[in-house]
Amino acid sequence: MDVGIVSYGGYVPRYRIKPEEIGRIWGVDGKSMGKGLMIYQKSVPSPDEDVVTIATEAARYMMDRVPDVDPKDIGAIYVGSESHPYAVKPTATIVAEAIEATPAMTAADMEFACKAGTAGIQACMGLVGAGMVKYGVAIGADTSQGAPGDALEYSASAGGAAYLIGSEKVIAKINKTLSFTTDTPDFWRREGQPYPKHGGRFTGEPAYFKHITSAAKMMFEAMGTTAADYKYAVFHQPNGKFPTRVAKQLGFSDEQIQYGLLTPNIGNTYSGAVPLGLANVLDHAEPGDRIFVTSYGSGAGSDAFDITVTDEMANYRRDNAPTLEKVMADPIYVDYGIYAKFKGKILMPE
Amino acid sequence: MSSVAREWREVPGRYNLKGTKCANCGTIYFPRRDFCPKCRRAGIGKIEEYDICRTGEVYTYSIVYDAPAMCDMIKPYAVVMVRTDDGVMIAGQLVDVDLEKVAIGMRVRAVMRKLSTDGESGIIRYGYKFVPAE
Ligand SMILES: [Zn+2]
Repeated sequence: MDVGIVSYGGYVPRYRIKPEEIGRIWGVDGKSMGKGLMIYQKSVPSPDEDVVTIATEAARYMMDRVPDVDPKDIGAIYVGSESHPYAVKPTATIVAEAIEATPAMTAADMEFACKAGTAGIQACMGLVGAGMVKYGVAIGADTSQGAPGDALEYSASAGGAAYLIGSEKVIAKINKTLSFTTDTPDFWRREGQPYPKHGGRFTGEPAYFKHITSAAKMMFEAMGTTAADYKYAVFHQPNGKFPTRVAKQLGFSDEQIQYGLLTPNIGNTYSGAVPLGLANVLDHAEPGDRIFVTSYGSGAGSDAFDITVTDEMANYRRDNAPTLEKVMADPIYVDYGIYAKFKGKILMPE
Repeated sequence: MSSVAREWREVPGRYNLKGTKCANCGTIYFPRRDFCPKCRRAGIGKIEEYDICRTGEVYTYSIVYDAPAMCDMIKPYAVVMVRTDDGVMIAGQLVDVDLEKVAIGMRVRAVMRKLSTDGESGIIRYGYKFVPAE
């Protein structure tokens, strides 16, 4: 049985802030900060947006593209995020209700820093492959927070994408998935704390680079491939610099990662990052295109996927929902004051 | 908890614009009604579930400057009366929009957003708002 992507949808909030504006507040050269990170603007959620609303918008776009799929045939919904609005009360049930998939289904929220969305795709692949459900939905979405003045404030942004996983009318077959996981404390947030902490330089080599290259090389070996066998590649993108460097280390060119790299334009959407990058690739993909995907979640682990776009893509109603390029077009820029208000950084009276 | 229960019963309407339609006279009701006041007895047993169209245009609007506390973070904001593409009038907020560009006839679509929250620890209410379409 071929298991893969039957549909997808991505959403990014409309507001943006630029690194020079953040730097202006903290007495830092924001422009060169942005240049170093390769982040030229980041998305900002409106005060009435959160992971529930972002995941819902992405999931509705996903369903708009498969009008023949009955939402009641969705047997599982997993929403991966590190910014679920409730500590107790799943995001997934609200999204399930909003796409009318309830009640004969299972649902859960997933957490694994920035790779909770791809972990959801793997879980859905298992359920579909085992014949337990006809369709599973995996969503990665975040409205991440960086502490004021911290380097993360220049990157942490908002967005998400949804994937319908099934075995019929698959537009992109997932040939294989595998993971590389270790206990690595590079980035964390304790319960009840508003902002995460990170291990500074420790987040690079022993964390991001080690896990992504290990998972990627395991995939190359398992499939007997090299970077040259793929048309496109998508890597986790906490900034623009890391995925560009890891792509080069693995032998991928700038052309292969161009569509999958959105962070320079929207910032780091955490659990949304790889799902959104893959969505932008699928917006441009044609039958036969092979796609290499490797996510990364702090703590730490990487999920790798080897994907081939099928002939079914030609029948797929991709135009029933806006492409990501359209979703990201025409942003509204905000200054730091509005940003601070939107993100709840201003102490309000009771 | 009674208000949480009442809110919960309104979820199908607020999330998915679930209304009803009288099969006898064709009138669409939103919020839903299970009794058609036009047909009265003749409409009994003929009220069907009906999904209101999520796209439409601005029929009329107003800009709100003096907002209730739950909308304090986004004031000033636009409140619109939308005529959906199936002719139903629905009132709601129009967000993610340049207020100077709000106009009668503007194309909009319904999205799900946070409507309000019961403080820091209470329930979060989600429901429809409108955003510019196209
Ligand atoms: Zn009637």
